[in-house]
Amino acid sequence: MNFSNPLFIAVVVFAIYILISALRLFLGPTAPDRTVALDTINTLVVASMVALGAAMWEVLFIDIAIVYAILSFVTTLFIAKYLEGVEAS
Amino acid sequence: MNIVLIIISILLAISLVFNGLGTIGLHRFPDVYTRLHAATKCTTFGTIFLTFTVIVYSGTRYYWTGQSKFLMLALHTIVALIALLLTNPTGAHAIARAAHKMGYGPKQAVRDDLEGEDLKEKEEKEEEKEKKDKPVMMKKASKAEGAK
Repeated sequence: MNFSNPLFIAVVVFAIYILISALRLFLGPTAPDRTVALDTINTLVVASMVALGAAMWEVLFIDIAIVYAILSFVTTLFIAKYLEGVEAS
Repeated sequence: MNIVLIIISILLAISLVFNGLGTIGLHRFPDVYTRLHAATKCTTFGTIFLTFTVIVYSGTRYYWTGQSKFLMLALHTIVALIALLLTNPTGAHAIARAAHKMGYGPKQAVRDDLEGEDLKEKEEKEEEKEKKDKPVMMKKASKAEGAK
């Protein structure tokens, strides 16, 4: 395993982006703001999984990334469907 | 070797820059809709370029060594790219629809184009009430419908 691989550096940068997006998840004044931040975090996690799978030559990581993408899509749709019935505070 | 490394570096740099722009836009914009616009588009674009990076990386490795493991990695990455392309815009549209139905408007816009749809429904309901108040008109309307 070679840690000077540019994909490892990309994974570290993606981790920093995930932390910055989590700040919006905590700060967000309204519920849709938090949902947007969660959606962004999900996409970044899928990206870092693909990068890590390519850097370590593990096909399993990319399979898990596919399943994670589809499950996060279902989660986002469920949260959106739940929020439609809620009145804005 | 060298050319492949340069191509991978360029694709990876595009991916990192656009993901960073999306993350910064999540904090700099004032509104749910503008934040959604910035975060979703930039993050999807950046992730597409990351998958291109991985496809080029493992594809060239397969071309050099001929092991089927690298080809499997490239093909699975293409499947992940298709899943992202299908799911990401749909989720963003669902969030925007939910935010509009909750009643959050755009913060600095003068007019809301989607507001007209609710007004149309209200007008239709008022027309129905007026028809109920005048039964003669209703009979004429029903006769006309029967003639058709």
